[in-house]
Amino acid sequence: MHFSFFSLLRQAFAKHEGWPRQWRDPEPKPAYDAVIVGAGGHGLATAYYMAAEHGMRNIAVVEKGWLGGGNTGRNTTIIRSNYLWEESEALYDHALDIWQDLSQVLNYNVMYSARGVLMLAHTIHDVQVAKRHIHANRLAGIENEWLDPGQCKDFVPVLNLDPNIRYPIMGGALQRKGGVARHDAVAWGYARAASALGVDIIQNCEVKGIRRDASGAVCGLDTTRGMIATKKVGVVAAGHTSVLMQMAGVRMPLESYPLQALVSEPLKPIFPCVVMSNTIHAYISQSDKGDLVIGAGTDQYNSYSQTGGLHITQHTLDAICELFPMFRRVRMLRNWGGIVDVTPDRSPIIAKTPVPGLFVNCGWGTGGFKATPGSGHVFAHTVATGEPHRIAAPFTIERFKTGRLIDEAAAAAVAH
Amino acid sequence: MSRFRTEAGGRVKRDKVLSFTFDGVAYQGLTGDTLASALLANGVHLVGRSFKYHRPRGIVTAGPEDQNALITLRRDAARETPNLRATQVELYQGLEAESQNRWPSLKFDVNAINGLASSLFVSGFYYKTFMWPRSFWKNVYEPRIRAAAGLGKAPAKADPDRYTSRYVHCDVLVIGAGPAGLTAALAAKEAGATVILADEGAEFGGSLLGDAVTTIEGKSTDAWMSDVVMNLAMSDKVRMLARTTAFGYFADNFVALVERVTDHLAAPSDALPRERLWQVRAKQVILATGALERPLVFPENDRPGIMMAEAGRSFLNRYGVKVGLRAVVFTATDSAYRAAIDLKQAGVDIQLIADLRARPPADVVDEALACGLTVRAASTLCGTQGGLRVSAAEVGEVNGDLTIGRKEVVDCDVVLMSGGWTPNINLHSQSRGRLIYNETTQNFLPGAPGYDNVSIGACKGTYDLSATMNEGYAAGEAAARASGRKGGMKKGFSSLGGLAMGGGHLGVVPHDRDPGRVKAFVDFQHDVTAKDIKLATREGFQSIEHVKRFTTTGMATDQGKTSNMNALAIAAKAIGKAIPEVGLTTFRLPYTPTTFGNFAGTARGDLFDPIRKTPMHDWAAAQGAPFENVALWKRAWYFPKAGEDMHAAVNRECKTVRTTVGMFDASTLGKIEVVGPDAAEFMNRMYVNPWTKLEIGRCRYGIMCRDDGFVYDDGVVGRMAADRFHVTTTTGGAPRVMNLMEDYLQTEFTDLKVFLTSTTEQWAVIAVQGPKAREVLAPLVEGIDIGKDAMPHMSVREGRICGVPTRLFRISFTGELGFEVNVPADYGQGVLDAIWREVREAGGCAYGTEAMHVLRAEKGYIIVGQDTDGTLTPDEAGVGWAVGKAKADFLGKRGLMRPDLTGPSRKQLIGLLTVDPKRVPDEGAQLVASAAPAKGSHALGHVTSAYWSENLGRSIAMAQLENGRARLGETVYITSLTGAAFPAVVADPIFYDKAGARIDV
Ligand SMILES: Cc1cc2nc3c(=O)[nH]c(=O)nc-3n(C[C@H](O)[C@H](O)[C@H](O)COP(=O)(O)OP(=O)(O)OC[C@H]3O[C@@H](n4cnc5c(N)ncnc54)[C@H](O)[C@@H]3O)c2cc1C
Repeated sequence: MHFSFFSLLRQAFAKHEGWPRQWRDPEPKPAYDAVIVGAGGHGLATAYYMAAEHGMRNIAVVEKGWLGGGNTGRNTTIIRSNYLWEESEALYDHALDIWQDLSQVLNYNVMYSARGVLMLAHTIHDVQVAKRHIHANRLAGIENEWLDPGQCKDFVPVLNLDPNIRYPIMGGALQRKGGVARHDAVAWGYARAASALGVDIIQNCEVKGIRRDASGAVCGLDTTRGMIATKKVGVVAAGHTSVLMQMAGVRMPLESYPLQALVSEPLKPIFPCVVMSNTIHAYISQSDKGDLVIGAGTDQYNSYSQTGGLHITQHTLDAICELFPMFRRVRMLRNWGGIVDVTPDRSPIIAKTPVPGLFVNCGWGTGGFKATPGSGHVFAHTVATGEPHRIAAPFTIERFKTGRLIDEAAAAAVAH
Repeated sequence: MSRFRTEAGGRVKRDKVLSFTFDGVAYQGLTGDTLASALLANGVHLVGRSFKYHRPRGIVTAGPEDQNALITLRRDAARETPNLRATQVELYQGLEAESQNRWPSLKFDVNAINGLASSLFVSGFYYKTFMWPRSFWKNVYEPRIRAAAGLGKAPAKADPDRYTSRYVHCDVLVIGAGPAGLTAALAAKEAGATVILADEGAEFGGSLLGDAVTTIEGKSTDAWMSDVVMNLAMSDKVRMLARTTAFGYFADNFVALVERVTDHLAAPSDALPRERLWQVRAKQVILATGALERPLVFPENDRPGIMMAEAGRSFLNRYGVKVGLRAVVFTATDSAYRAAIDLKQAGVDIQLIADLRARPPADVVDEALACGLTVRAASTLCGTQGGLRVSAAEVGEVNGDLTIGRKEVVDCDVVLMSGGWTPNINLHSQSRGRLIYNETTQNFLPGAPGYDNVSIGACKGTYDLSATMNEGYAAGEAAARASGRKGGMKKGFSSLGGLAMGGGHLGVVPHDRDPGRVKAFVDFQHDVTAKDIKLATREGFQSIEHVKRFTTTGMATDQGKTSNMNALAIAAKAIGKAIPEVGLTTFRLPYTPTTFGNFAGTARGDLFDPIRKTPMHDWAAAQGAPFENVALWKRAWYFPKAGEDMHAAVNRECKTVRTTVGMFDASTLGKIEVVGPDAAEFMNRMYVNPWTKLEIGRCRYGIMCRDDGFVYDDGVVGRMAADRFHVTTTTGGAPRVMNLMEDYLQTEFTDLKVFLTSTTEQWAVIAVQGPKAREVLAPLVEGIDIGKDAMPHMSVREGRICGVPTRLFRISFTGELGFEVNVPADYGQGVLDAIWREVREAGGCAYGTEAMHVLRAEKGYIIVGQDTDGTLTPDEAGVGWAVGKAKADFLGKRGLMRPDLTGPSRKQLIGLLTVDPKRVPDEGAQLVASAAPAKGSHALGHVTSAYWSENLGRSIAMAQLENGRARLGETVYITSLTGAAFPAVVADPIFYDKAGARIDV
């Protein structure tokens, strides 16, 4: 059923009894043309574009839990495209383009809200790094602008501009097209649209093994709901990617860490945009519901435990309270973590693998939500055609061996 | 006193009357009241509005699980606190509270109009609409939704209160001080354990505090509690923490508690923090967190005046407040009978007890009948009436086939409901304990624990009082023993009375209303009704996490404490699965909302991050130097003379260094002492340079890479002895380098005999740079020949200066004759004073980090982290000569052999001379091939450093440029944020004294 105000109105008269399932709940078929492992936003978007743009209808997404329950449903939903390197700029800006009318394309309100992302600078080094990004972005045709402290304050009136704080605000880089979207709606919107095109989304179905034929090529998956034959597998499993790839004997250049986020109790609108500070480790926005949504840093040690350290949350909130001292009396309602998969150069891998028929899309680490539509779009091409999409081409696994890195941590890595 | 206050009884102090205001209206309450009990004592039930439909909301519980009674408390403009629960706010003299989420007033709220459209605003409606036209989401729909949402307002001013933190260890941490927790703490104490007993309430006693009839060991509950509490409090092994909530349970019995220290005081002393975070590591944890009463889900169950039965009882017995004058009791449990009897005896008219159960236990019913109460079994509520307060309940008979028989409208001003008890397993679940569903009691109970803890009493499903206390005592004894204490004692407790807590009902009760239209609330705060949950399952949201997210049930500020079980039951029924198959949503910390201040603690202002100051910091401050933050350090930036701006000061400093002499505080550079028979080999492996042949007394400029082959850090290293190196690092890199060295030493190079000591703060370092440097130092140095030949460039000597020991380096980061005087930190200021006298005598100056940057750039010396960014190899950074090509291995050697680390697309560090010599490019500006690059043009590189050089009378810049060294003399264009790109010529990065003649004098 098409979603619109009118369908809502019609259903209101029918006591909402006529709404169909948003996605089917099929039994797994014995075989598919391709199977995507992981029904996060990236996996679902991949399947959707494979069906919508590459005509592949006999495909499935298998998910060990409930769809959207991984990092997709746990993240702080910051969207921006002001990355440093040309390869990343192309990738994230491709996603930003798709965000613009994603609600209309999916017929699902994903609540993409371009309220602006302001990244603060607190030291001379920060200013250099921010300006470098702005120059690079402008050259690439990506909007990004420098705000002096006064302009930062105009943009975020609650910001603490006191020059006597430990790390006074020296300005910030603002991407006005950046913003947030509703994470669940992204997963559900893609799931609904993909399902409508015939994609089988199979939840509670954990992949336990990847089968290969005599030639070494992929020929099927062992799952908790039985064996599924397929010649093409796309692994899109975020923090658990290394575990899955190991099943096919591929060792991934990934480290998994817990990353935490938290929300406050709901408040009346006070915070108009997204503010990020890499130097003092804090990210904040306010949801439509009124919660302050705050992102913390990763734990220092590798782990699959979704309870991150208390001291990490403490550091995040001391930073938030330093920037917004009126929030000390505000209370945390919920705190949680997700397992993020981090590559050595902090850029994703969207690639073919040494195993024929096996493709992988991972390494999004702490920042892949924003890329969901773009990632799905280019990975669908990669899986469907067997060759990387132009934008995905640089994001190989081999780059760590050959040294052609796309180091997004580079500019921020070292303070002199 | 009002007619709602009883004559006597309860724990309030009748002679201590307090005044307070709610929404500007003045009221009176008693010491010992909560805001909720005080409001109820004044007949006020309406306290808030719901989130979505803005429906009127009343007080439902007497505890921390209340969803409705959210208010803003105001002490002064900076101490405004939103979203507090009136049921937890202790009354103090002069308290000012306000209702939230309503406009213009609580009684008349314009947004209540949302309720009219509630047939449209069902769960998830916003996913289906507001998509057209596209621009309307951001500009029209979203702003309206945001304005209507939210609860209280954020405070407008910075919070002046303090928050502190303590770390403690104990044998046994007991969480919850009801009968279970008290007896557990008692036993643990008697067994000799160190104990922490924490309870979120103001008083210890838990459920006993609301109990007027029970006796324990022949004493009244009151007397028994006081004895136990006194007994515990007298022990120096027991720490009793009231008003303290255990909100987070982390790995290995690390539990975080927050103590609210001053919120209950009318005029808190400034000496006290507002809250204290207790970070407890306990050998054993005892969870005695009780059970929470569930609402019943029936049509129109949300009107003010409809509340939990046990809350009614607690308000009566603990606070001396009658929650109404005419009550209907609607129950599926035995415990509500106790409430009915207590209220009846206090003079409340109990119209009837409607029991959903066809056959409630006879003894329970008989006792009620004996007290003169009317009991109707197999009865339900099909609806309620009333606007801002319930005025009547529609009681219906439930037939055997669950249809409704005879109906009757019963007047009342309060409905007491009880849907059963939910064991409070939150912390057990946070601690990764398993949950087991009990079919008979329809409850999730704690299964195997994740860490060393045990659940006792009601949170484990034990409801009998004597059994609870016996369980508590046994658990306390066992925990003490498990933590290494003696134990071995046994005790049995006897009690009379207590609360029968059997029965219960999950999900919607039978009723005769249209389920597609009527509102039977599951989550009162978020306005989630049973039909919303059914809608979710119809649309395919069948995992309980999906149901939660789609309907927002359980996401209110109580995190589903009262709503989750009902939501689960409704969802399970709609899907046709058993409850345990559908499963609970994850319990997340914090247990109840916890202030950001509690987490942030003392980290604010100067205490936000440690401030590292050099021994000469105060001297520089006295000279008027502004400081720059570099990592944790404060570094003197420049030394302005009267009337000088930064630009003028830096120009003067740069000139002075090159013409006479300058003095610079270099103490922040990292210093690591590398010592041991294998020190040289260790250095060979850690740095790209060769070290074996470095002579004692000589220095070398070292480059360190990570395993990826990219430059990671640099610094001058002096060889003090065959087995001893004095290593310096960048200011920001010191901790990283030290960690990396230790990491390799402990995990990879275990064959090497080396030890490392961070000596950064042991040395004060004063750089003296300029043609007159030797002249300045000569009179001060003893026992070192600092002559040109005796102490050549890149050498180090030990001796004395101004009578104190020194390691004197002859090195230069300016390109001039230079020395760096290292003295023990405590002598830093004294030695500086002496050097400063000589510097001034010689016509020199002090210079700061800015001049240091310009001077080194004039010489093309790199700053790691500014000119390099983790993507350049040593060769690309212009220091390839440092790499020991003959070495068998070093950190980064393999990385450097990767094929893509060579070739024309790689960048190299070069110099840039702008065609317009006055123009200083932005650091970070991109290099392009033309003045007007098309959007999306490839960047050839970027400017890493750019300064005005007063010595050269023009701008200078360093840049990373593709294939840069092959492009010397070519023109590239530098992007500008304000106009077209402008030209610059690629040059050697050494702009000044290319031959290096000035150093070697
Ligand atoms: C706290 C936090 C905050 C974040 N904030 C932001 C932000 O502000 N902006 C931003 O852009 N990004 C952010 N991110 C990152 C972002 O969430 C992720 O990069 C992105 O959502 C990843 O999507 P995904 O679909 O690849 O992974 P996921 O959503 O994690 O999906 C992977 C799926 O694979 C499934 N799976 C795993 N193993 C198996 C198996 N064996 N069989 C079957 N299925 C399996 C998992 O159950 C999961 O559903 C944040 C992440 C976290 C944790």
